[in-house]
Amino acid sequence: MSTFLGMPGVPVRGPAADTAVGHLTGDRPFPAAARDSLADTQLRRNLAHATSTIRAKRAAVVTEVPDWEALRDAGSAIKADTMARLPELLEQLEANVVARGGTVHWARDAAEANRIVTDLVRATGADEVVKVKSMATQEIGLNEALEAVGVTAHETDLAELIVQLGHDRPSHILVPAIHRGRAEIREIFALEMPGVDPSLTDEPAVLAAAARTHLRQVFLRARVAVSGANFGVAETGTLTVVESEGNGRMCLTLPETLITVMGIEKVVPSWRDLEVFLQLLPRSSTGERMNPYTSTWTGVTPGDGPQEFHLVLLDNGRTRALADDLGRTALHCIRCSACLNVCPVYERTGGHAYGSTYPGPIGAILTPLLTGLTGGDDPNDSLPYASTLCGACYDVCPVKINIPEILVQLRAEHTEAHADRHRLPTAEAAAMKAVAWSMADPARFARAGRAAALARHGIRRGKPLLPLPPPLNGWTASRDAPRPSAESFRDWWARTRGPSS
Amino acid sequence: MKVALFITCLGDVLFPEVGKATVAVLERLGHEVVFPRDQTCCGQMHTNTGYQHDAAGLVRHHVEVFERVLADGCEAVVAPSGSCVGSVRHQHAALARREGDEALAVRAEAVAARTFELSELLVDVLGVTDVGAAYPHRVTYHPTCHSLRLLGVGDRPLRLLRAVRGIDLVELPAADSCCGFGGTFSIKNADTSTAMLADKMSSVLATRAEVVTAGDASCLMHIGGGLSRLRTGVRPVHLAEILASTT
Ligand code: SF4
Repeated sequence: MSTFLGMPGVPVRGPAADTAVGHLTGDRPFPAAARDSLADTQLRRNLAHATSTIRAKRAAVVTEVPDWEALRDAGSAIKADTMARLPELLEQLEANVVARGGTVHWARDAAEANRIVTDLVRATGADEVVKVKSMATQEIGLNEALEAVGVTAHETDLAELIVQLGHDRPSHILVPAIHRGRAEIREIFALEMPGVDPSLTDEPAVLAAAARTHLRQVFLRARVAVSGANFGVAETGTLTVVESEGNGRMCLTLPETLITVMGIEKVVPSWRDLEVFLQLLPRSSTGERMNPYTSTWTGVTPGDGPQEFHLVLLDNGRTRALADDLGRTALHCIRCSACLNVCPVYERTGGHAYGSTYPGPIGAILTPLLTGLTGGDDPNDSLPYASTLCGACYDVCPVKINIPEILVQLRAEHTEAHADRHRLPTAEAAAMKAVAWSMADPARFARAGRAAALARHGIRRGKPLLPLPPPLNGWTASRDAPRPSAESFRDWWARTRGPSS
Repeated sequence: MKVALFITCLGDVLFPEVGKATVAVLERLGHEVVFPRDQTCCGQMHTNTGYQHDAAGLVRHHVEVFERVLADGCEAVVAPSGSCVGSVRHQHAALARREGDEALAVRAEAVAARTFELSELLVDVLGVTDVGAAYPHRVTYHPTCHSLRLLGVGDRPLRLLRAVRGIDLVELPAADSCCGFGGTFSIKNADTSTAMLADKMSSVLATRAEVVTAGDASCLMHIGGGLSRLRTGVRPVHLAEILASTT
């Protein structure tokens, strides 16, 4: 495997055949997918309850830390430095992993990563693997790739297990089954969990106990584990997984072979940097002061834990994002999910509407940065518009990613990509140009204002206003439209005060 | 103090009463208001919808108009809109830089440094919280996202409202949750926007207020458009209009 990193070469603008494999793109644009989610009353209730609970927990534990803002600045600075030296740090990580008895593989895209992992699993002769909750393996569709070669992947994170047994897709970075309520989970377990007691109730403790009994057998049997990584320390070659349940710890210690798939942006320069992130992450994500389990391992330790360790370093569009000077900050993300929990859009639509493994505010920027904006009708082209730019995400992000600013920038890249690819402008682009033209000159602007007032006001004086024509009927479907004033402010001023400066 | 009014394009055409109220408050406090008649729009809608090149011309025009009045004896620019001031303060210079015009960026920064949202101007620059208003109604205040998070106006609008005589100010539940407007978001993602609006309207109705107020005419147009469609009998009134009221 070569160590070619594809350093900034592929621009954000342009189609992305390389990220077609896996789960980075849904089958419909956001507005259409959101419409279905919005109609699901159970989903709306589950999400509103779950996000408001976790929001309140986070807010409470963050205010306990006197130097929280300084920690955020430090997290942001470490990540900026990491991105600036990414090739060098990755090679340092590789050298240290190899020196401690591990093997490093480089994967340009999802297809390559899946091939590497499936080959490694098949070489062990195993027909099943246990999995630690991991976004990267969701992103590349690893479970499906393993299934295609006859290997069963067992998700061991409780929420991932619920999703897997329900033949469902994760809808949240941290709580993949956030869209499910207790009663639904009980039903999924009763129907799909092998050997489960059919009389189980929907008490959380009963459900957890059922999952525990089921998973314990799997842990004791499995010979291969697949994980992701929260951090990879370049200076020592140490990988880190942060979790709440301890099921990850089981996977990371019991099997003979461990395969870790890590996005290349997860590298951090030194151990000292973990001090910052291990404070930022749990408080931002679960609202806990400290997460119950932090596992770290370095290569292979003879006689203790997995005796074979493989690290797969995944690009899959990351160097494309890195090439975008503003968008590269999306790679700073530590996947805490705080931005999802405060997002008013995510709270209503849930994660599936985004189509990608990465939903919510971070998904709305990261996904199109990874796959590229086509300027056509690719579903991911709709993601930068899936936000009101309310700014709640930026306020809570532990590494201070300015998500609203990146959304605005991606919108510009999208309209420009469209203009590059099409001879005729969209109706929207033409309208925007016309409005900009009339606004560039005060006299034209005043005339346009008077014309609008006449059209909407004069003609139907005293009668209810008609619905607006498309696309503005999106407004009048649920909201009355304002009636332009008969006299604009500038006309009032000129009439009552005379010409001003 | 001599203050230049940035009326905003929406305020000019759709909500002139908000501009008139802003003038009334400032004049009552003894300040001089000028209206640079060449002004048009800050370009926010273009910028936020992905038309930065088109917005760039509007930014240049805005900077030219207001740097002229600032050079001409005006000490501050005021707009009755957190969102438009947010655009002036946080987008203009960055947009000019992306268009490769460093000189314009520097000029935009100078204009932005002296541009204030109404509650900022009153509380921070002019040092007043009691503007001598009276408004005997039950009112709830929605802090708009851009005034809250882009500008950080904090409780300035509430301090101004609390000093209004006769007002019955009631706290809005989940006040800092977005109303779902988001400019063209309200059209491109009309369903999601409406779902957010529905929750905002529930919160407003739960207060049993007769008036919902905010520092942005655009968000009020959204909340008010929903409240009027449902014939709730709650009306949207801009912060400036309450502060201008004396009866
Ligand atoms: S973008 Fe920030 S807030 Fe959102 S998941 Fe990533 S680190 Fe957390």
